[in-house]
This record gives sequence, C-alpha cells and structure tokens, in this order.
Amino acid sequence: MRYLPHTKEDIESMLKVAGQSCLDDLFNSIPDDLKITGSLDIPESLSEWELNDHMEELASLNIACKNYKCFMGAGSYDHYIPAVIPYLISRSEFMTAYTPYQPEVSQGTLQGIYEFQTMVTELLGMDIATASHYDCGTALAEACLIALRQNKKANKIAVSALTHPSHRQIIHTYISPSGYEIVEIPYTKEGLTDVKALEAMDDIAGISVQSPNFLGNIEDLSAFKAVADAKKILFITSFTESLAFGLLKNPGSFGADLVAGEGQSLGIAKSFGGPGLGLLAGTKKQMRNLPGRLIGKTKDANGDDGFVLTLATREQHIRREKASSNICSNNGLNAMTAAVYLATVGKIGIREIARQNHDKAIYLKKSLEMAGFESAFDTPFFNEFLMKAPEGFEQKRSALINDKCTFAGICIDKFYPELKHHYLFCATETISKKDIDQLAKEVK
Amino acid sequence: MIQQPGTSGLIFNEPLLWDKSRNGRCAISLPKSDVERDLLDENLTGDSPDLPQLSELDVVRHYTRLSQWNFGVDSGMYPLGSCTMKYNPKTNEVQASRQGFASAHPLSGDEFSQGALKLMYNLEQSLCQITGFPAVTLQPAAGAHGELTGMLIIHAYFAKKGKQRSKIIIPDTAHGTNPASAALCGYIPVNVKSGPMGILEPETIAAIMDEDTAGIMITNPNTLGLFEANIKKIAEIVHSKGGLVYGDGANMNAIMGIVKPGEIGVDVLHLNLHKTFSTPHGGGGPGSGPVAVNKVLEPFLPIPRIVKELDTYKFITDCPDTIGKIHTFYGHFGIMVRAYAYILSMGAKGLTDASKLAVLNANYIKESLKGTLNLPYDRPCMHECVFNDEFQAKNHITTVDMAKRLLDYGFHPPTIYFPLVVHGAFMVEPTETESKEDIDQFIDAVKAIAGEAEEDPEKLKKAPLLTKVTRLDEVAAARKPCLRG
Amino acid sequence: MKEINELNFSDDVKYSKSHEWAKISRDIVIVGLSDYAQDQLGEVVFVELPQNGDTLFKGDELGNVESVKAVSEIYIPVSGEILEINEGLEDAPELVNESCYENGWLVKVKPDDISELDDLMNKAEYLKMLKG
Repeated sequence: MRYLPHTKEDIESMLKVAGQSCLDDLFNSIPDDLKITGSLDIPESLSEWELNDHMEELASLNIACKNYKCFMGAGSYDHYIPAVIPYLISRSEFMTAYTPYQPEVSQGTLQGIYEFQTMVTELLGMDIATASHYDCGTALAEACLIALRQNKKANKIAVSALTHPSHRQIIHTYISPSGYEIVEIPYTKEGLTDVKALEAMDDIAGISVQSPNFLGNIEDLSAFKAVADAKKILFITSFTESLAFGLLKNPGSFGADLVAGEGQSLGIAKSFGGPGLGLLAGTKKQMRNLPGRLIGKTKDANGDDGFVLTLATREQHIRREKASSNICSNNGLNAMTAAVYLATVGKIGIREIARQNHDKAIYLKKSLEMAGFESAFDTPFFNEFLMKAPEGFEQKRSALINDKCTFAGICIDKFYPELKHHYLFCATETISKKDIDQLAKEVK
Repeated sequence: MIQQPGTSGLIFNEPLLWDKSRNGRCAISLPKSDVERDLLDENLTGDSPDLPQLSELDVVRHYTRLSQWNFGVDSGMYPLGSCTMKYNPKTNEVQASRQGFASAHPLSGDEFSQGALKLMYNLEQSLCQITGFPAVTLQPAAGAHGELTGMLIIHAYFAKKGKQRSKIIIPDTAHGTNPASAALCGYIPVNVKSGPMGILEPETIAAIMDEDTAGIMITNPNTLGLFEANIKKIAEIVHSKGGLVYGDGANMNAIMGIVKPGEIGVDVLHLNLHKTFSTPHGGGGPGSGPVAVNKVLEPFLPIPRIVKELDTYKFITDCPDTIGKIHTFYGHFGIMVRAYAYILSMGAKGLTDASKLAVLNANYIKESLKGTLNLPYDRPCMHECVFNDEFQAKNHITTVDMAKRLLDYGFHPPTIYFPLVVHGAFMVEPTETESKEDIDQFIDAVKAIAGEAEEDPEKLKKAPLLTKVTRLDEVAAARKPCLRG
Repeated sequence: MKEINELNFSDDVKYSKSHEWAKISRDIVIVGLSDYAQDQLGEVVFVELPQNGDTLFKGDELGNVESVKAVSEIYIPVSGEILEINEGLEDAPELVNESCYENGWLVKVKPDDISELDDLMNKAEYLKMLKG
C-alpha cells in the first residue's frame, strides 16, 4: 500500500524497541473477547487506475456533464469559478494544515481568515464576522439560539415562512431539545413575509427573515427592524445568495443584529450541496455571544504584526458545557476559498457579476412568460423568481435533463403544497442569452 | 546527530489585501453582458462592497506568499495528538473534482443523481462494516456536529420512551467538545475520573449511573491513548439502568479491523472522516462527522436517509421518529467522495495495517522518548502517547517551550496541555504514514531539545527563532480585540 | 505563578473561600479578587459583571474573569443590590492584575445584612487556608 512506508525490516526493528514480538501483540491491552475474528468485509484495494475508472463511472451517473445548463438555485448556485481559485486553494500548505493552534507556523491561514472576516463584514455591512460555520442553516440555528438565550422572558423565535425550508427544519432540530419553539410568520400574496402578522405576535425572543427570500423576492427589512425595535428583541436576517449584496443594500444598513448566510456562491463548487460555507456576522454588541472561531490581529515578541485565534474563552474546549456552541472544526478551507474569490472579483467585479445575474434573471423571466409561464408575483427579485408552469411542463423538464443536461427550475410544491405547478427559476452569469432563448423554445 | 529539516529560507513579507489595492484593478474578466441592463429600484440597491482591487498576479502572489507561512502535513511530520494528521492522498482531490460530482446540484432529483446516491450508500455500508453498526448517517458536517447529532438521537430516544433524563456521564479523558454537545441537548455533564491505570473502572460508573442519567460519552481509545478495556462491563452497567453508551470515534484510527465499537456495547458512535479517513483538514475544516447507530436508534437518524431498491437509490424523508434535518442538504458530499476513495484505495487489509502501524509508531516513540520526557502512564499505548514536562521543570522549562522549539527543528508540535488529566501534557500521535526515518528524526529532535533545556534554557524560552513571526501576544489580542482590518 | 509569601494581602478586607475580598466602606460593601486569585488566573483579558440594580444572594455567581485560556466564575460574598460596577475594567481588565485591592475592584453592593460578612476570613485566617 503506497501510503504505508514501513518495510519488513522497519517493522521488526521498531517492534523490538516497543518490546513486542509481532504487530498483533501491540493490541494485548484489548481483551480478546472484544476483538473481531477474521477481517473486514471490504473489497480489496484498488490501484489508482482502477479507482479512476470506478469513480468516473459513478460521477457520470450524475447528470452534471458537458453543456450542463443550470437554471436552479434554492440555496446552491451555479457561478463561474476563476482558475486561480482552485489553483491557489490546492496549495498543500493551506489544504493539509490543521486548525491554527500554533500561530508561528500558521500565519498563512490566520492572515487569510482575518482578511476573510474583514471582507465578509464589508459585504454584509456588519461589525464582526466569524471564521465560518458549516452552512447557512446551521449558522442561522446558532443565531436563533443567541436570541433565545439573551431573552429570559420568551421561548419562541419568529421565523419567516419564506426562509429556506431546510433552514427552518434545522432551527427546529437545534432548538427544540432546549424547550424552545419556532413560530412561522406567514407570507402575503406578493410573495413577501407578512409584517402585519408579525406585529401581532407576542412572547417572541427574536425575528428571523431571509432576503432575498426562498421564492427570490427582496424583503423590506426596515419594516421588520422597526417591529424588532418596538418589541425590544433581536433582528436576524439570512440569505442563501451572497452575490446579491454586490447589488442590493446589505443587511447591516437595515440594522440587523445578527446575519447568517450561505457563502457557496463565492467560488465554491456546488458539490451536491456540501461542503458550502456558513457565514455568521453580528454587531459589536454581540461579539462575545457569537459562536465559532475568531481571528484577531496582535504583535509578536519583536513588535511585528501577526494574527492569532482569539476570544477562545467563548468556545467549547475552555468553557465546556457553558460554551456558546460546541462548534470546533468549521469550514476553514472554504472560507479561504471565498476570500480568494472576493479578492479576485474585487469591488468592480462583484458589482458587474451581480448586475449580470439580475439582468439575465429578468430576461429569463420575460422569456418564460412569452413561452406560456405565468409570473407568480410582481415583486422585485435578484436572480431567482417563481413561475407557474403551463400544463405538461414536468415531462418536458425531465426530457430536457436527459437529452440536453438542462435543469429548468425546481418544482416547489413539496415545500409549499399551496403553490402547485410552481417552479423556482434562477439565472446566473454562467447562462447566456442564447441558452435562455433555447430554453424558451424548448418549453413552449 | 541526524540532520533536522528545520532551517531558515527566504520568507517574503506580504501586506494585507487592501494595502495592495489600487482603484481600477480587477482580477476577473467577465464576458460582456448579452442582455439588456435592468435598472433595479434605487431604494433596493446599495453601494458596491469595498473589496480590494487587484490584478490576477497580485492575487496569486498574495496567496502564494501566505501559504508559505503555513506548515502542513505535506511540509513535515504533524504529530498532533487526537487529530490524526495522516497523509492526505492526492488522488482523493482528483476524484472529488470530477465534474459529475463537483457540479452536481443538490436538488437535481434522485433520478438524476444516482452516482452521488450510490457513492453515499456504498460509503455508509463501508462505515457500517468498519464500526460494526447496522446504520449510518453521513449528514453531520464535522466531528462536533456528529456528537451533537448523536446526543440529539439519545435525547429523542428518551423523549419517545416518555421519560427524559437530565444527566450524562463524561470521563476526564473525553474530548472537550463532549460536554458542550451534551449541554446543547439540555443534559448536565457529570464528570468522572479515570482509575490509576488511566482507564475507567466499572465500579466508578456503577456508583453514579442511575435512572436519571441518559448514559455515558466515552472516547475509546481514550485521550491518554489507552484502550478502555472495561468498556463491555461499563456498557452493561449503563444499559442495566436503561442508559445508552455514546462512543466518540475520533480515535478510530487505532482500531480499524481490530475492534468494532458496535459489537462491544457502544450504541451510537461518531467518526471523523478528516481524521481516520484521510481527508484534508484545510486549516480548520471542512470536515465530516458521520454517525453510526444500532438498530434501536436507527429510526431517530436525521433525514433524508438513503435506501436502495433493486439497483436504484433514493432519498427518503418519511421517518416519523427522526431528529429532523441537521444540514441544509446532505452533509459534506465532497468530503465523502475523498473518504470513499481512501477506503477503496486501502481495502480491508490496508485499513487494518494502517491501524497496526499507527499503534506501532506510537509505541516506538513512547519507548524511545520515555527516558527523555516523563511518561505519566507507562503502559502499552494505542495510536498516541502522552508525556509531560516534569523532568524539565527544574530548569523552569515547560511543555510550551519545548513545543515552540520543535518548530525550529522543522516539526509541528504535538497537542499540548491536553488531555487535562495530565499536567503539562505533550500528546504525540505520529499516524501510520510517517516512516521510521522521519520518526527517528523527530525523536532525535525531542532529545536535542531536552538537552538544550539543561544547557541553554533561555534559548527555549525565546523559541521559535526561525519562523516568520515569533511568539505572539495573545493577551493583547484578547484584551483589545481587532477582528477586522 | 508566585509563592504565597511573594503575594500581597490587604489587612483591611475580608476574604472568602473562593478568593474574593469584601470591604465595608460606610454602608456599602466593595468586592474584588485577592492577589492569590489574580495570580492564579494569570493575565486577565475580560471581566463579565452584572448590571447595576441587579440583586444577588450571597454565593450567587457574580460574573466571570477570563484569561486567554481559562474562564473562572466569581461569587458574591454578601447578598444585596449592585450599586455600581467598575466600568474601568471594560477597557482595562489588567487592573485586576495590577491593582487588585484598589483600582481593580469589581462591584459595590448595598448589603441586605452586613453580618453576612462575619463568616469571611481575616488576613491571618486566609493565609492559613492558602498554606493548607
């Protein structure tokens, strides 16, 4: 086995030092009746050639091949990944390092994540961003827990029904063992969270609203902030498409206390839904309540600038059962990927990418309307929107996947049974006008 | 004396991104838009975020220089105890980046995602085989997330039985995440001490296990690197009071093909694919923390689950007792591809050999260094061994001084000051992928440093001397946090 | 960490078993941490205290002191209402290390029953406890 360097002679001489006569004797401290008899029922090892064949065979069973056209979003977006990103991220010094516990030999990771934190605060208009979480859903669940713990009187959190359905489920999983509950804020016929319904809700510890929401529509966050202020509770916002803030007003400008988001759009492959990148940001006031790692700037013994993991006393390995969370490993390398992406596109690029996403989505919507689709809402959106499909579309959609590797929208009636035959469409900068014209022709 | 790898080379300075920024630069060339520009309502649009403006070469040099300030497994031996920093095979990266995997959208539908589902199903089967459990979920995104999932399952099990319990037993040799994971489910940790041999004694558990205790969280081998030989007896005691045994499988690298936790009384176990199954740690993740359970706990696993019907695979969500969802989609699929590639490359024999050689390497280091460093538990160890700084105390040299000096010799230090049961702990886990020569070099370096502790202790206090930065002021960082530029 | 005879113990305060000190000043009680406690903690980086107006019972958790790698709970040695917290600690937590009996005080309390302080230790008794 090429990963195991020991020669027969090595093993013999090392056993001698260890005072054992054979490898099996090394396990004498394990009682015999606990050991397995025989060997593992796992196939014999494959050579790299055989592995390549096997894996390519599996990969090709997924319809995600050449000429792949993705008109789907819903939390996972098809964006262009510039060549510099995988190239730089595959540098083994980034990829094969552990958590930067020894700062003197981890300054690359540490400065990189410090820069990531800075760029995320800039993107979201917030004071502080953590060094990453697993995904938006888990980051949002943590944000809800912060709000619930800070409010001694209420044990419910109000969450918009237009928050990603998976995220609402994760919040439920995370908070219910502690006796907390979710109350859903219904939505209006404009496809927006119903602020009037929220006003009438009592006994809530915080408000969580996603914008752009799951149906793609841009929420008026200032209205929710006003309700949160009136009720003196925390205001949490979330998002699944981080590139939206290349164009839209950021959550900080609406006075969000906490922001949870998905950073997959920032140079990270869709990879069947993971690993993505959980973003979590807060105001300065929330600094010591934020779970997860934080990198801070300091000086070394010579007075030179350097970076360290800091405020670790919030974390599980020190505060143990009183920690703000149990999170340990986060999605560090994907945070680094997002940093390289943000540095690559820069201030000019992110604006243009965001504009192209929006423009193509507008064009796609118009084209679908002409092809017989009905617009579900007349509400501003970023790059996703909901359409009611004409009869017979589902069959055409399957054929398009099989024949053309084109994924035309996501049927959402399993998430919202009241929205039968409704499809969530998305267009990004990877889609050309020609692709859209072609799609419109096929689905007519 | 063996020549050590540590040396000083040309190390570049590199400013922060925004100090390099010049207005008007951009490192991406976008195609001209081929559709009409839509002017979104001005009330909705904001200013473009003030990101740095750089050319492509600016970006490449910046991150290349940053990377050179880092130490990784590919740079040298990384004997970080309980972290299993083994070699990360390069073919795994090739497999995960295949277009069919990397581009797959999570909501493509089962029919069009058969490759991903089959891979996940096969990986689940392999992990079941390795751990001795009938069912596995791959959804948890990291080890601590796996622990949380496992504890949520235990919580759901007692809820279903109609009587919730309030406490959980956690030994002093457990991982730091264990109490925090238990607390998230509302359980109060009850700490117990290991016996004089460094392992738990059944009597200790019998004395505190009661019908208000949900069970025990046990790491085996434990963080002293010792096998909990009384595990079966302890499990019987816990089970007799209706409790459950949670196994922290972070140290599974010691026992693949030797012991199956599912067969020795453990009810639920998490694994770390980024430890035992060779996926890269990435400077802090993404990892993956699958959870294996016995038949009784299977109904509580998170959704969706994967089933195989004839030759097709599908996700099911119709599981009335499930704890629910814990990840937006299905977990860290990209990490699963790598772990699956590793298991296929190793085969049954390779995995078993890996554990045997990991244990051989650790015992070889333990025997070779036990006169140089104090060894509080002088017993045959599993995949890691724990020393401390007692011999060096007379020269006022502590574990951290020796750890920092190891950097100058070209090694990543072991885990220090953990486990807490050993004062000044120095916890070495070499893993199976280190060769005898590299280990000999490490042993030689530690001996040289112990010599320096006698002759020139001041040098150790100032270490590291060859790194990009010297010791950092962590007190100043925490007193006046500066978390953004 | 220092030897006990290297530490400084004020004569005009009383000490608790958990290493807080209390000093009566007219009708209020000032609470802080002993030199032994701050020495054990190492360099203090953050002090978490209750809010003015909170009422606590003797032995309740008063707050936390943090060093880089540890968190320790502090307990209130007398029941009463918090009149004032040492706001200087927010920007300069090092005062707990540098001036534990003076500028590094933690809170001022309006005590419910001053006799609760009777079972605290004087300097000699405290030293005896420390030396075991």
